[in-house]
Amino acid sequence: MFRRSLFMTAAFAACVAHSARAELATTPAYSNVTQPRLDKPEPQNWLMPRGTYNGWGYSPLNQVTSDNVKRLVPVWSLSTGVVDAHQAPAIVNNGIMFVSTPQNHILAINAKTGDVIWKYERKLPADMQQLHPTNRGVALLGDKVYMATMDSCVVALSATTGKLAWNRCIADWHQGYYMTLAPMAVKDKIVVGVSGGELGIRGFIDALDAETGKEDWKFYTVAAPGETGGNTWKGDSWKTGGVPIWMQGNYDPASDMLYFGTGNGGPWMPDTRPGDNLFSTSAIALNASTGKLKGYHQYHWNDAWDWDEVSAPLLIDVKKNGRNVHELVHAGRDGYLWEMERTPAGKISFVSGQPFVHQDVFKSLDPSTGRPTYNADKVPGTNKKALFCPSLWGGKDWPMEAYNPQTKLLYVPANDNLCAEITGEPLGPREAGSLYVGVPIDDIFSSMRPRPGVDPTKPMKIGQLQAWNLATGKKVWTHDFIDSATWGPVLTTGGNLVFTGGTNDRMFRAFDATTGEMKWQTRLNSGVEGTPSSFMIDGVQYIAVQSGYGVDAERQNNGLKKMLKPRLDHDTVPNEGTVWVFALLDAKTANTAN
Amino acid sequence: MLFGTGLAALAVTGDADADTAQAPQAMPPQAGDLLVQATGPQAGQPIGLPLFKTPNTLIQAWAKDPTSGVVRNGSRLNRVLLVKIDTAAMDDATRKRSAEGVVAYSDFCTHAGCWIETYHADNGVILCHCHGSAFDPTHGANVTGGPARAPLASLSLKIVDSHLVAAGPFDGRLGIPQT
Ligand code: FES
Repeated sequence: MFRRSLFMTAAFAACVAHSARAELATTPAYSNVTQPRLDKPEPQNWLMPRGTYNGWGYSPLNQVTSDNVKRLVPVWSLSTGVVDAHQAPAIVNNGIMFVSTPQNHILAINAKTGDVIWKYERKLPADMQQLHPTNRGVALLGDKVYMATMDSCVVALSATTGKLAWNRCIADWHQGYYMTLAPMAVKDKIVVGVSGGELGIRGFIDALDAETGKEDWKFYTVAAPGETGGNTWKGDSWKTGGVPIWMQGNYDPASDMLYFGTGNGGPWMPDTRPGDNLFSTSAIALNASTGKLKGYHQYHWNDAWDWDEVSAPLLIDVKKNGRNVHELVHAGRDGYLWEMERTPAGKISFVSGQPFVHQDVFKSLDPSTGRPTYNADKVPGTNKKALFCPSLWGGKDWPMEAYNPQTKLLYVPANDNLCAEITGEPLGPREAGSLYVGVPIDDIFSSMRPRPGVDPTKPMKIGQLQAWNLATGKKVWTHDFIDSATWGPVLTTGGNLVFTGGTNDRMFRAFDATTGEMKWQTRLNSGVEGTPSSFMIDGVQYIAVQSGYGVDAERQNNGLKKMLKPRLDHDTVPNEGTVWVFALLDAKTANTAN
Repeated sequence: MLFGTGLAALAVTGDADADTAQAPQAMPPQAGDLLVQATGPQAGQPIGLPLFKTPNTLIQAWAKDPTSGVVRNGSRLNRVLLVKIDTAAMDDATRKRSAEGVVAYSDFCTHAGCWIETYHADNGVILCHCHGSAFDPTHGANVTGGPARAPLASLSLKIVDSHLVAAGPFDGRLGIPQT
């Protein structure tokens, strides 16, 4: 877009230069991001994907409330020039916004005006494949911006100019490694993890020195023989065991503990890798300084359903039977809402697990460890067909839950009433960079089924926004989305609001956080998979989100189109990405909005 | 910062161009190259018509320099897909490029670079599993569905000693169109 501006006519250039000079006066100076600021971000800023290290997705800002949100209007928008799944949040540091997009572009933007300050475009290898063309955000530390790239590198850029400070490749993309996650900035380190579980990789988490990019520590998510958990893999299966890290972790500064969610084992069929397959489909606790494993809880063992436990557990203190329990909370792709207790030493112990969507695989949970037993007929295998619920995309995929300390409710973007049927096939030899799944592609494509007993010829409840009271373990309210799954990460605010997009009707919505009543919605140019965030400049609270539809939301919606035919035949969801920023229409914003 | 000289000075930064020199192994298919199977137990073997066993058969292939024996598998862009379709359904340009009903296209999906593995003869669609892009092999692999924005590059074929051979280089843009 602004390439065009490079070649504009002289007269027009003069005109634009004038407005650009005017902008110079209003572009804020850059405030370096320090560890104390990351430990306790100012309410007006959004310095990391979930706002704070505990993963809550909570902004204390309360200018926009459930009472006045109906006056929320777009202040500015900006086309990213890129298509596909725009999942990253707008990260905002004292008026400067950083947004990453698919194809590993970063836009630095004046968050108040929408003026672009600089743009970085990663030159990705021309012959690389992108199974998941997306990026989930940047990290800020010091005077730099960090991004993990599709070709398995980490780049550090100057936050003020976008100039490359360093580039460090941590794995070989030819072997199937790639990265979609937002890096984490923790104590002079940049922590990232790799994807590629469908391509026969061995997953790991890397911590790099924030100034140089040099590797500080590495933790393999697939335990090798001789390591803790190494006996949970047979033969050489650990070498291609998968267990990717799709998402950033959360962090407890008091105990210096990082918490990540881990992906499923690979290949998909459980008989190809007998054993529990540690540390797949788990919550893991790593000491941030050393990378040493301090604790784990495996949600389910020897996965057979592609249920990566993608997002990291949230750190929430919950009053349980008069005791303040330091919990880790995770709404699993396996369809269970997991509560665990964490200790300063990193130990993770099971507290409770219960289904939040229809789940027919688990027969029971061990009351003390939470280890599930399985209904054998619900476990697919090589040459063994099984129908199971929820579907391959699970009860909740990557979009993150949110927790509001005022309502004390956890908000879960869930998908119900969808199941899947797959049959494994014998594996051929692994070819570097090719799928190594063990399920025929056509089977995966056509795997989705409605929940037995649900009639897909009638309007179908699928996507849900659920609110849970963790103290009582009860669901408080649910908002159903009809004929659409939801793929929207959740933001909650001090204004008693919950924001989310994610549906195939391109809506971005706000709900009353206490009652679940939908208070506001607006239809954007594309489906909204972006992680919403909130920030304040000059006394005005803004809500930001990216639209841009693609990857698994689109894949699943293609399946829904077939299942619900002809109801979705005329609904198209464009893929073009846009950054949207909203604020209340009142005296303070009137000028900008106009 | 960067505003002093107006918007025309906005910085677009990126990474330096990679070395573009191409070894024979990395070169795309050349006229006269023998096509050999890229996958499966017969990987490396030449491809004849009997290999198209079912209407849905899609064969992934590499080009092999018949003189040097070099297999051009040094770039993921170089992989070729082959399907056998009804000659009567082809447009003229496609028919001209085909050999005995077999058509060849780039196997590298123009959406995001996945290798394409599936052909559905019943609805005449080459399907990329990654995100559901569909291409019509009878009409130059034009996009008929999904997120891809450009057709697959096509490759002219001939038959030499019962085996499929490239009759020219790729025709059309190879790889993902730049936005
Ligand atoms: S790479 Fe083929 S559809 Fe996306």
